[in-house]
Amino acid sequence: MSNNKEWPLWEVFLRSRAGLDHKHCGSLHAADGAMALQLARDVYTRRQEGVSIWVVRADHIHASDPTDKAALFDPMADKIYRHPTFYELPDEVDHM
Amino acid sequence: MYTQAMDIPNTDGPTAVPAINEQAREAEFNERAGRGEIVEAKDWMPEAYRKTLVRQISQHAHSEIVGMLPEGNWVTRAPSLKRKTILLAKIQDEGGHGLYLYAAAETLGTSRDQMLDALHTGKAKYSSIFNYPTLTWADIGVIGWLVDGAAIMNQVPLCRCSYGPYARAMVRICKEESFHQRQGFDLLLALSKGSEAQRAMMQDAVNRWWWPVLMMFGPHDKDSQNSELSMKWGIKRISNDELRQQFVDATMPQGELLGVTFPDPDLRYNEARGHYDFGAIDWSEFWNVVNGHGPCNKERLQARVDAWEEGAWVREAALAHARKQAARVAAAAA
Ligand SMILES: [Fe+2]
Ligand SMILES: [Fe+2]
Repeated sequence: MSNNKEWPLWEVFLRSRAGLDHKHCGSLHAADGAMALQLARDVYTRRQEGVSIWVVRADHIHASDPTDKAALFDPMADKIYRHPTFYELPDEVDHM
Repeated sequence: MYTQAMDIPNTDGPTAVPAINEQAREAEFNERAGRGEIVEAKDWMPEAYRKTLVRQISQHAHSEIVGMLPEGNWVTRAPSLKRKTILLAKIQDEGGHGLYLYAAAETLGTSRDQMLDALHTGKAKYSSIFNYPTLTWADIGVIGWLVDGAAIMNQVPLCRCSYGPYARAMVRICKEESFHQRQGFDLLLALSKGSEAQRAMMQDAVNRWWWPVLMMFGPHDKDSQNSELSMKWGIKRISNDELRQQFVDATMPQGELLGVTFPDPDLRYNEARGHYDFGAIDWSEFWNVVNGHGPCNKERLQARVDAWEEGAWVREAALAHARKQAARVAAAAA
């Protein structure tokens, strides 16, 4: 059984309600985009979990490397001035 | 459970002993997993952890898919349209469970076709419970009540397992399982209020399924080969014997409501332990079924192989169509 006979892998994203972001919910194999949408509807929205579906070929996703985690994200740890709670203001304006 | 064969030795051969620097990495990994940290697909992990997960998750997936067969046997003979639609929905859920789990296993670098090939050639196991026949309509109720009930006991702790994709698949599955158990109990409740013959049919189903259901939890802790490592890695959280006891304790009052008895003369509440005692399990039957000699092993595997082979032309045609469409779009754009 060779790999190129396998349908490609797709990642499925669902908008659970109007007004919310699409969120990753799982994966599936399908021959093309239309079939991926159809299968995603059958598998991931059997109990009205979604009002909109995105499907993306898994091999089209570019992802950060876990070994770069520290280099990418640690520099933000000491930038507490980016958060509103960093600023202590007089009581009169504290709900600013 | 659905992954009972995790308790028997791995036949893939031993995992190579890691080099010294790998050992230090592994010790650090074990420590993190022990603390309850979540491991994701692209994170470094010891080869043995990856192998154990692939085995466990694929066995679990195979069980969901093979588990559709005994119930499928009753779709056309369900006693009403309502029961038929419920049963169809339940079986469809199980197909979905298989899909979520195959997808979780694929994140570990094994392909769907490799896993199916292992199932079809008999290399990979699925739960022993699905090698028993569904002889009457009451069996469908008992499967929902006891088989899905036992599965829930096992699956809830897996929602906290250390491997992220597996844990997330289990969360999704557990949300759907409660309907499975409730529809089974509801079906039996209807039988319990029915005729003498219907009550006898229910009792007969309980008699046949009770011991195989207790076997679902796998061998006793002292005989379970891979439990310790799985516990250390946070893949397994509660032992086979503990889960089995929880299940028996939870089931007794439910059986009373249905007015059924269980085929075990030693089954009684033990005040001192605060738990139900139960009789000795016939492990020779368990091993017999696990090793391929249960009442339906051959039939189940053949049904899976036939479905795969008879569907081959559909898979190929869909792929050929997709490639043709893509080529047309590309040509039009050029
Ligand atoms: Fe399931
Ligand atoms: Fe289920």
